[in-house]
Amino acid sequence: MATGESWAERTLVARVADWPVLAAGHDSDEPVLMVHANRVTAVSAAARASGAAVGLRRREAQRRCPDAVLVASDPARDARVFEPLAAALDSVTPRINLSRPGQVAFATLGPSRYHGGDAALGERVVEVLAAALPRPAVVWVGVADGAFTAALASRPSRPEHPLAGPTGAVRVVAVGEAAAFLAPWPVSAAAAHLATPAGEEVADVLARLGLRTLGALADLAPGDVLGRFGPDGALLHRLARGLDPRPLSARRPAPELAVEVELDPPVERVDALAFRAVALADDLHSRLARDGLACLRLGIEVETEHGEQRRRSWRHEGGLSAAGVAERARWQLDGWLNGPAVDRPTAGVTRLRLDPEEVTAARGRQLGFWGGETRIDEGAARALARVAALLGTDAVTVPELGGGRGPADRVRTVPAAAADITSDRVLHPPGAAGPWPGRLPPPSPALVFADPAPVQLADGDGRPVVVDGRGHITAPPARLGHHLVVGWAGPWPADERWWDPDRARRRARVQVVLADGTAHLLALEQGTWYLEATYD
Amino acid sequence: MACTLAVPGRGVTLDVLGQRARPLTLASERSLPVLAALVPLVPDGGLPRGSSVEVSGPGATSLALALATGATAAGSWTVVVGAPDLGLVAAAEGGLPLARVVMVAPPPPERWGTVVAALVESVEVVLVRPAGRVRATEARRLAALLRGRGGVLVRLPGPGSWPEPSDIVLRTTAPDWRGAVPPTQADGAGRLRARRLVVTATGRRRAARPRRVELWLPGPDGLPALVHQPAPARVDEPGAIEAVVAEAG
Repeated sequence: MATGESWAERTLVARVADWPVLAAGHDSDEPVLMVHANRVTAVSAAARASGAAVGLRRREAQRRCPDAVLVASDPARDARVFEPLAAALDSVTPRINLSRPGQVAFATLGPSRYHGGDAALGERVVEVLAAALPRPAVVWVGVADGAFTAALASRPSRPEHPLAGPTGAVRVVAVGEAAAFLAPWPVSAAAAHLATPAGEEVADVLARLGLRTLGALADLAPGDVLGRFGPDGALLHRLARGLDPRPLSARRPAPELAVEVELDPPVERVDALAFRAVALADDLHSRLARDGLACLRLGIEVETEHGEQRRRSWRHEGGLSAAGVAERARWQLDGWLNGPAVDRPTAGVTRLRLDPEEVTAARGRQLGFWGGETRIDEGAARALARVAALLGTDAVTVPELGGGRGPADRVRTVPAAAADITSDRVLHPPGAAGPWPGRLPPPSPALVFADPAPVQLADGDGRPVVVDGRGHITAPPARLGHHLVVGWAGPWPADERWWDPDRARRRARVQVVLADGTAHLLALEQGTWYLEATYD
Repeated sequence: MACTLAVPGRGVTLDVLGQRARPLTLASERSLPVLAALVPLVPDGGLPRGSSVEVSGPGATSLALALATGATAAGSWTVVVGAPDLGLVAAAEGGLPLARVVMVAPPPPERWGTVVAALVESVEVVLVRPAGRVRATEARRLAALLRGRGGVLVRLPGPGSWPEPSDIVLRTTAPDWRGAVPPTQADGAGRLRARRLVVTATGRRRAARPRRVELWLPGPDGLPALVHQPAPARVDEPGAIEAVVAEAG
């Protein structure tokens, strides 16, 4: 057990299928799309069956699943509704880690012996979670060596789970079998587990080198992987071999680093508490940074005026940033204070404590020796981190220029937390510059609508204007709705992604100038004109 | 030193000392740089630090982006709050360095004031488009923060409203796009190339004197330019502008 190299803690991961949909108060057999910033973040089983998938644009997902209910995604709600389930699991083991709302992990060493084996423990967990669920759903449980293998074992996949029942399914990967179980999975699964941009970058490189599966990666010599791909590659390699990503020596508890704040008078409101948590998280992060550490597992603890104590652990394999710590604290506090009445604390919170339960050596950003960062940049970065803590990390984004023909395709935004905004950023990913036939010449429109509205474009005789398959326009446009067109240009036909039947789009664009002097960009798609952008 | 200055009123002495120790303030410290074409619109050739600017009319979005361009090119940060539809490609074509631009999603109404205040405190250029009515207390707090921290707040046109006018008010009128062909012409053999605009500036305090400028926004090379300057040669490319002008006339 202490050999370090071969040891990964036996772990159980339990996952509620499509948790965000459930948390929003919908059943999995209703067609539901959860969206954020016009992208689909989660779908119900019914919506998935009709072709909707995570990552699609909202409009595309709606096209595939027209009767779906749209719900705004809200991680805070997901966490709040999940808290009673986590509390129910306390009867099985006190050592629960939340990795994200809807998924818990814990070490099985003790509980497994008590319940009579991994399979029996898994069934017990399914039973407990199924009883606590707000509405019926499937609970997937995986037990294996290490949290990563267990998380994959909890995913529904072929072959079917040996112990599948109506409420849930348990899959146990025997001791020492982790590497064999992992071999067919893609490398990107390991990168997703680490959830760091660096990890994803290495996984991308590995895939392009032809190392697509974890099995292929595991066959390489550890020294070679470390030498060629650095610490991030070594982490992926350890995961691929079914080992603990960080050897025991790299993990240590650090009780003296815990930060806490006494609240007098007691605080009852989540936003007020979350605000204190942001300051506390900053403090914790600077203490850890001073010692060159990053937090892998964070304990959040509150004590109320009546002496009640609540504690919950969150973990993140990539190490939590200050904003990440603050966000998890906010989710957790929301879960306690706005949860079901029976679990809610009976008095205001008097003490809030953030406890880094597990830390590792940080390999984060170091300030440039020659002062690459100015004071202003640092201030701006801090203000943005604060806004991200208030609104969620996805709300603060930085632009990146990409390829594409339409004005909306040519720029995309990435979360500021995922980009190193204080250094010189590369704004053009590879391939963005390259020839894009049908791209509109500059100047570009100053307003680009995320959800273009349909409009009527007619010629001088009042007939609808159409562009045929060869790119010829039937007649020059004379009216846009009630507005008189005084100038026009185009059409620019664009046959986008014709090689991919799911994402292919044929469009034609025209520019029109109206009598009031305003100019607009219209796009014709499947017989309907849309107001795509305005040259404001 | 304190002894030599210790004459009758102690307060007076400290004032003298303060005057001596006070550093000179440079013009660049009192205002943020703007593009050359926009200099006639702003007092003393720059955006006064601590002021709020309002843009309205057709082309207001381009004008707001152009206003942010000068300061951002000189090293400031620009944060846009609540305007996810801003055309960032257009901004980049106008010279705005996107590496120092950050977009913030529309905050919920109850957090709007907190978010904008946090940004105004440490970012020099903040572009905001409120979704609703801004409360008078919030506006006063923002104004105080702006004066204290020396940033500039640009109000984008949108559904929201403000309790009081801004320090500088820029209005665009008479937009005139060049490069398109009239609907009588059956082939759309042209493209939008440049736009002429009239911008009027009014305001309070240092910006009180009304100003009026004719601008190319964008100009034929993508950058804003003053109209009285001779338009660059590229305008005369494939029969664009002259043809339109002739037909319009």
